[in-house]
Amino acid sequence: MLILGLETSCDETGVALYDMARGLLADALFSQVDIHVEYGGVVPELASRDHVRKVLPLLEQVLAEAGCTPQEIDGVAYTAGPGLVGALMVGATLARALAWGWGVPVLGVHHMEGHLLAPMLEDEHPQFPFVALLVSGGHTQLVRVDGIGQYRMLGESLDDAAGEAFDKAAKMLGLPYPGGPHIARMAQRGDPARFDFPRPMVNRPGLDFSFSGLKTYTLNTVAECRQASELTEQDRCDIARAFEDAVVATLVIKCRRALRQEALKTLVIAGGVSANLRLRSALERALDKEGARVFYPAAKYCTDNGAMIAYAGAQRLQAGQVDDEQTRVRPRWPMEELPPLDAAGAA
Amino acid sequence: MSVGMSSAPLDIIAPDEASMVACGAQLAAACEPGLVVFLQGELGMGKTTLSRGFMLALGHSGAVKSPTYTLVEPYRLAELQVYHFDLYRLGDPLELEFMGIRDYFTEESICLVEWPQRGTGVLPPADLVINIEREGLGRRLTLRAATALGSTVVTRMRASPPTA
Repeated sequence: MLILGLETSCDETGVALYDMARGLLADALFSQVDIHVEYGGVVPELASRDHVRKVLPLLEQVLAEAGCTPQEIDGVAYTAGPGLVGALMVGATLARALAWGWGVPVLGVHHMEGHLLAPMLEDEHPQFPFVALLVSGGHTQLVRVDGIGQYRMLGESLDDAAGEAFDKAAKMLGLPYPGGPHIARMAQRGDPARFDFPRPMVNRPGLDFSFSGLKTYTLNTVAECRQASELTEQDRCDIARAFEDAVVATLVIKCRRALRQEALKTLVIAGGVSANLRLRSALERALDKEGARVFYPAAKYCTDNGAMIAYAGAQRLQAGQVDDEQTRVRPRWPMEELPPLDAAGAA
Repeated sequence: MSVGMSSAPLDIIAPDEASMVACGAQLAAACEPGLVVFLQGELGMGKTTLSRGFMLALGHSGAVKSPTYTLVEPYRLAELQVYHFDLYRLGDPLELEFMGIRDYFTEESICLVEWPQRGTGVLPPADLVINIEREGLGRRLTLRAATALGSTVVTRMRASPPTA
């Protein structure tokens, strides 16, 4: 069963072909990050306009790469939410049009389900059940995963997402967008002992996150440095280090707490922030002591991509789940509302 | 009672996060459907914290997440529809037209808008503009009415200090 996947929920246009027997055959990504850099953030209408312009050439590219014709495609999956409504509509309308033209089933996929199943694309992939940390510019969530479509939210950010905090702290330090890699690079030259940033909410029970206060703390520290003299290169490196350490420590503590609470030994981290190397090594160290293991998607599947949508869609389409003829997108879509895979045939 | 631009600005000092939440609740108690509020201030001034106090006071339970990534978060609250905008990531005000911005600003809805300056020229005018600045370790909020409705809200807030 060969499935075409389309991802257009925010910055990236992603198209991929996944086959249930042969695995991932091709995937292509067009990122609008270059366009966004000059604005210091994501530009939604430019993003969705570019989805329109890029999605068909990307489709031709993956067909050529996989050596497939459209006649071989058995179904189409697209990101139906959550995301920007204008951006989502591009993928949704194209997916429906293609599926109708080809006479194959179509299914709207949950973007975050795509992310948390992305490690399944690897040869060495985790077994259910596991705890997943989804951590990106728009989300910070801990989810218990018992199987496809069997999700229980354990905790989430009450204000800013971790990736958003990285972007905003970067802006305060005069660094370009996206902020994560720039903060990480500066942090390498930072003195970890100079500033001690708070670890938000680690002293409170529960598994929710809050990164807004850390953003304010960073702002105050920048202001204090400016007051003393001008903000030096070393100040910026030291602040970047303290900020990154605080975010990493917070995420590690909450992941460990989630695993203990759920009595599980497998953690999956996905989303753009999961590419952060300090986070990866800190998690591996902490989980090793617990006898637990951490799995990541390959670097290129940490951020938004079409492969994860093709994979998630393929599992559900194979189980007989299909959308009716109405085009729906859901800018807000709690993951717990998804049907489990087993019940899909009956639904 | 004075109306429109003539009413004097109202200054409120919020020494900490809890009093910022209380200010949001005070604003919620004074507001009416159709109100458009601009929230201005640099990164980390507490615009989303103020919005959280607003939403919680109107009966929302759960998180009030930053709308930076999503641009707008809708809240269906008892009798009220509230839209919480964050235009931080907007590159050009014209992008608002593609978002269908006019559909959000109705007589029934209340709109809180962070980073409104990024939508200048396309965004409907505000009834009330709240500037947030640093004041020691806390914040100073300056509320300026721009319409009769805004003036009514400021007058109500002046009469009912926060109870945090």
